[in-house]
Amino acid sequence: MKKVSFSRKHLGIPYALFLIAFVVFPLLLIVFYAFTDANGHITFMNFINFFKSNANLTALFISLGLALCTTIICILLAYPVAYFLAKSSASKSSVLLLLFILPMWINFVLRTAAMKELLFAIGFIQNNKLSFLNTIIGMVYDYLPFAILPIYTVLSKMDKNLVEASKDLGASPIKAFFDVTVPLSKPGIISAITMIFLPTMTSYVISDTLGNGNITIIGKLIENQFSSVFNWNMGSAIALILLVFIFATMTFSGKFTDKEEINARGSGLW
Amino acid sequence: MEKIINLSGISKSYDGTLVVDNLNLYIRKGEFVTLLGPSGCGKTTTLRMIAGFEMPDSGVVELNGKNITNLPPNKRPINTVFQRYALFPHLNVYENIAYGLKLKRFKSTYVDKKGNIVTKTDKLTKKEIDVKVEKALKMVDLEGFEKRTPDTLSGGQQQRVAIARAIVNEPQILLLDEPLGALDLKMRKEMQIELKEMHKKLGITFLYVTHDQEEALTMSDTIVVMKDGIIQQIGTPEDIYNEPKNSFVADFIGESNIFSGTIVGDKKVRFLNKIFNMVDDFEKNELVDVVIRPEDVELLPKDEGQVNGVVISSVFKGVHYEMTLKIGKTEIIAQSTIEKKVGEEVSFSVTPENIHIMKKEFTTNKYVGYITKRNTVVFAEGEYECNVTQLYPGSTLDEEGYVITKEGEKIDLTDVDVIVEVNLKDIEVLDTEEGSNVIGTVVSSIYKGDHYQLIVRTDEEEEDYVLDTEYTYGENDRVALAIAPDKIKLKLKAVEK
Repeated sequence: MKKVSFSRKHLGIPYALFLIAFVVFPLLLIVFYAFTDANGHITFMNFINFFKSNANLTALFISLGLALCTTIICILLAYPVAYFLAKSSASKSSVLLLLFILPMWINFVLRTAAMKELLFAIGFIQNNKLSFLNTIIGMVYDYLPFAILPIYTVLSKMDKNLVEASKDLGASPIKAFFDVTVPLSKPGIISAITMIFLPTMTSYVISDTLGNGNITIIGKLIENQFSSVFNWNMGSAIALILLVFIFATMTFSGKFTDKEEINARGSGLW
Repeated sequence: MEKIINLSGISKSYDGTLVVDNLNLYIRKGEFVTLLGPSGCGKTTTLRMIAGFEMPDSGVVELNGKNITNLPPNKRPINTVFQRYALFPHLNVYENIAYGLKLKRFKSTYVDKKGNIVTKTDKLTKKEIDVKVEKALKMVDLEGFEKRTPDTLSGGQQQRVAIARAIVNEPQILLLDEPLGALDLKMRKEMQIELKEMHKKLGITFLYVTHDQEEALTMSDTIVVMKDGIIQQIGTPEDIYNEPKNSFVADFIGESNIFSGTIVGDKKVRFLNKIFNMVDDFEKNELVDVVIRPEDVELLPKDEGQVNGVVISSVFKGVHYEMTLKIGKTEIIAQSTIEKKVGEEVSFSVTPENIHIMKKEFTTNKYVGYITKRNTVVFAEGEYECNVTQLYPGSTLDEEGYVITKEGEKIDLTDVDVIVEVNLKDIEVLDTEEGSNVIGTVVSSIYKGDHYQLIVRTDEEEEDYVLDTEYTYGENDRVALAIAPDKIKLKLKAVEK
């Protein structure tokens, strides 16, 4: 009888099966739906209809605007925090880091609801002009830890001698920061961007809760097509359009860093 | 020659641990000075204080007579070559080297058309930078590497770039923090020679930090030997090697035979149970350390030298043989190009000039302690049985434990402060399981020919016990200590004053 030899690579089989069943197959299904009509005939009408509709285009631009603002604000807020965490002593920084990460452990629907109450109390929710701002506040609040973590990881691993070398060669502390610390923390910033920019385009729970009905983002559009309008073909087409945008952002942010650098520092989460 | 750097009264501690202790040191212009010592001796901290990365807790750093103690590193005309190179990974070789030059600003004054004197700040032009970078690359033998990034270079090449990056700024002092530590032996030897040549060519003052004694001896004009934040000796390599000031320096710089000896007369010292002539002047009856370098031990046929012994090991070391002789209980290491066979009976002799005498650092341990109710003495984290009657000559103890003096006076010694003296030989080392009230860690072990001199540090109050033992203990070994009651010498503290 032939003996079945078991090697390490066979451990990957369960995941490969999972991947086929829940990632590859659904993706093919989406592509199929996107390019067919209700009767199963191949068509491009879904895409044409999307770009013909003003409401859809508005949602797309609002999504992009929200994602952009949230990402920029998150990074601007997270960088100083991560910087001082990385500089403080090991025991102190782990406690502080925990404080910043702790909100992530509370259900984010709950957190968003709490934020709504807070904004309601100060009269922000009622004001329709502030819907966009309210959504951004909620998103920044939810996604800030995703910016702190990767930047902190990169900064805390950075060789302190590099900043010293820069100062040694005549750079002022500020110059050394922008010449050495910032460029070398790029992989962390890129991870932060990918971890915030993409989810903010789709997580409609926040915009639904805080937008007072004025903010429709692309994720909400997809949800509507599937659960209210029951037009799966249109929904799939929008999902594909989003996929293209995500791909574009990834290639764009990838241009700022070379792959080797990300891999070497273990911070390339995407 | 004029002093370029002057450190006076520098102390620095981290988290309550004193790393540099009241250091005074000056460096002359153009010198190649090496700070040498084991890890944790404060040499790197000293360097970092000169670079400006650390501020001393007390003391003054002067450069060319100007106080620069609180000047940040970017304002000091000093550049550093870091231990792990610290090349900027996101810049190529050219950009790394040009980094300092691009930041350089210099003031020039000229008279304008109206006759006013104008001062303006200038940068180096692109062309000037190009020329300087090229020159620096040539200096370190890396022409044509401008476009390479640091991660594509070997360790040795990275090191050269780091050196080029520092010297291109023409600093007044170049600081080198164990720059060759990460290189392999052959590369290290090459770089040693190249650095020495660079020093000659550039005329810049070099301050070099290393724990490698051979490196220090090869390269330096002056060596500063440090231990526990304190300078042990400053001198030329020859001085340090031939005339070590204490047994730490002798042990650290090269191999040496260290014996305990006693001065027995004018220029005569007794060790190994023999009297040897020597050249140094010491007081009679002084206990000393005798240092003999292995290459100064001359091996002769039996009975022809000063002391007979048996060869117990012989190892070929390339140029010479390293042989160990046993003389009674003592061992002595000798180096010679002529091999003596193991088991052969030989005789050795040493010329008087090659016998180096050093004052013994410790002859007794001295502590301040107090007497307890039970007539034991407490000092240095331990409680010991002792004979308290020695405090009052001719006194005795009564049944209740009071001391009755010769005159019949009854004295209660409880809580009386005393000075305790214990001879190095009288502290016994036991294994920790054997139980003793004092347990400590061996912090230093120096071989002295027929015994080891240990320093055992207690855990809580960090009291040091210095002792001689025949047995081998390594650093960081945990040991228990015991002292026989009759070996503890007590004196009343008031009397001492």
